[in-house]
Amino acid sequence: MATTVTAPSPSVPSTPLLKDELDIVIPTIRNLDFLEMWRPFFQPYHLIIVQDGDPTKTIKVPEGFDYELYNRNDINRILGPKASCISFKDSACRCFGYMVSKKKYVFTIDDDCFVAKDPSGKDINALEQHIKNLLSPSTPFFFNTLYDPYREGADFVRGYPFSLREGAKTAVSHGLWLNIPDYDAPTQMVKPRERNTRYVDAVMTVPKGTLFPMCGMNLAFDRELIGPAMYFGLMGDGQPIGRYDDMWAGWCMKVICDHLSLGVKTGLPYLWHSKASNPFVNLKKEYKGIFWQEDIIPFFQNATIPKECDTVQKCYIALSEQVREKLGKIDPYFIKLADAMVTWIEAWDELNPSTAAVENGKA
Amino acid sequence: MSLEIQDSEFDIVIAALQPNLTTFFEAWRPFFSRFHIIVVKDPDLAEELQIPTGFDVKVYTKSDMGVLGATSIDFSGHSCRYFGYLVSRKKYVISIDDNCLPAKDNGGLIVDAVSQHMSNLKTPATPFFFNTLYDPFRKGADFVRGYPFSLREGVECMLSCGLWLHNADYDPMTHVVKRNQRNTTYVDAVMTVPIGAIMPVSGINVAFNREVLGPVMFPALRLRKDGKHRWDTLEDIWNGLCAKVVCDRLGYGVKTGLPYVIRSDAEAGKALESLKEWEGVKVMDDVLPFFQSVKLSTTATTVEDCVKELASIVKEKLGPQNAIFAKAADAMEEWAKLWESHGAQSS
Repeated sequence: MATTVTAPSPSVPSTPLLKDELDIVIPTIRNLDFLEMWRPFFQPYHLIIVQDGDPTKTIKVPEGFDYELYNRNDINRILGPKASCISFKDSACRCFGYMVSKKKYVFTIDDDCFVAKDPSGKDINALEQHIKNLLSPSTPFFFNTLYDPYREGADFVRGYPFSLREGAKTAVSHGLWLNIPDYDAPTQMVKPRERNTRYVDAVMTVPKGTLFPMCGMNLAFDRELIGPAMYFGLMGDGQPIGRYDDMWAGWCMKVICDHLSLGVKTGLPYLWHSKASNPFVNLKKEYKGIFWQEDIIPFFQNATIPKECDTVQKCYIALSEQVREKLGKIDPYFIKLADAMVTWIEAWDELNPSTAAVENGKA
Repeated sequence: MSLEIQDSEFDIVIAALQPNLTTFFEAWRPFFSRFHIIVVKDPDLAEELQIPTGFDVKVYTKSDMGVLGATSIDFSGHSCRYFGYLVSRKKYVISIDDNCLPAKDNGGLIVDAVSQHMSNLKTPATPFFFNTLYDPFRKGADFVRGYPFSLREGVECMLSCGLWLHNADYDPMTHVVKRNQRNTTYVDAVMTVPIGAIMPVSGINVAFNREVLGPVMFPALRLRKDGKHRWDTLEDIWNGLCAKVVCDRLGYGVKTGLPYVIRSDAEAGKALESLKEWEGVKVMDDVLPFFQSVKLSTTATTVEDCVKELASIVKEKLGPQNAIFAKAADAMEEWAKLWESHGAQSS
């Protein structure tokens, strides 16, 4: 049940806390020191830590947090042979956390992301904003020029049909980053000093039919509405590509959301991204992706999901077949990926049996 | 791909729906004074216009509209500005409602809406993929990770749609229900409206490439009770939908966001009056599905071709639903003729 909070915190939310309905999924390979800064906002919530890399290393979780932690050994134990779909040595492993979560909502954040300040100097409660985004409808069918019409102080503009003003259910809330922007390696190299200092005070719905690059650094979603589509792909160790995990999930997710008439929002909240990863390392990881995305994007832009697919799982399997057939021609990696997509769904349904048979959204 | 655009390529077109434009022009003076300005007086406005000196301005009135000969296009009310689009001889037009003044940004600086529109038209639009950091050509921003490199050149922006602080552009029902609500959020972004996405374009604060888009910038859809308040009209919304469909077909861009202007209050009580016979409540419910599904043929390779094709599809599909749509289709065709004979010239 949603509860309202009156505990002292930098911003006292009138938004429901959802502390029993939301898990925070954090992939980490280094440490979780960043949680200290988030404590005022995160402490009420259950954390799912997905430890990447060496499972013998101990990741210390700051005191006072309620959490479960999974390392590679745990992932292998829980999924058995299906563990092959979970990436190793890449933050893509975080999607294991989505799978094992038992909550309706997931918020995921990178361990080099901190609390940002809004233009008035106030600390931004990113989680509260994500909750607001997820709990209010989206408007994918007609772009509202004043952005989120459900925001206080805003509304639908003249010309917006009344029949569309109830909006669609929001499946995903995509936040942004101040300081180190999420650039690819070439852009990082050309503009090593560029910092994002512009606070754009808006949340908006990504229109139906429009794809976008979904960044996993600051992301929340409704697991019940779209969870099975949030597979972060095969990246990292043993794979020819990295840093395309969230991108892949975002493209699959958006095609499915469009099919099921679910909404995706982008914009607020901002957080402070502190670490610029090594651009030379990034270039090596992204290299194939930079070329492949030229084919991948048209693939997703033209992908259609059969009408009969009325659950996320069915949509996802249909998509995996098209990946195999169409993208498999580019590189055998995509055939592996298509297999992994199927494995992911099988694993998801195994770990989430009650939702396996439930109709999600409508086609 | 940034274009070099000169001030001399711009006309500022102002529809005068009130006679005293002194406050308006004085407030805009720092930003308007270097441009040629076309003021079109609402043919229904009886009083003489008051415009301060020091501007390069040409005023057009009802009698000037006679140059078009007999035409079914109704240039009264907010539609008078479109006459300005016809007679302009410049490549670009910026048009702002006469109850709008320069706004202040979040830093307290007065916004030069004209320069911002120029910048929007000068820099490419990116309709094929959504950039989550909005306009990638803006200083301090760029394309984000995952944005295909082949799409980073962008396309030419043909239409720039600005916004409004204070009195936002709402329909009369919203004005009545939220009579005290004022738009105080300055969203510091310009973004491209993605291909395939449609939106309500408000004519209150727009700029466009007249040379290219002129044939589709028409006052075609008129409500039976088209009034003097913005909320009584939908002609700009219709215009914008047609323009977006055409831009999508021809690979042109449309941007929305900055610049803001600050728009003064209209009396909320008048909104209540307008509600009585307001047709607009149902019109958009018919219009939107039409625009969501309309497909122009690949043989339509110019704006004129697209408009002609669109007009005939409107007549066929929407005409039977409501007479105002059949009239709109006629007006679109009439505009195409007028544009050919009077509009299609630049100096």
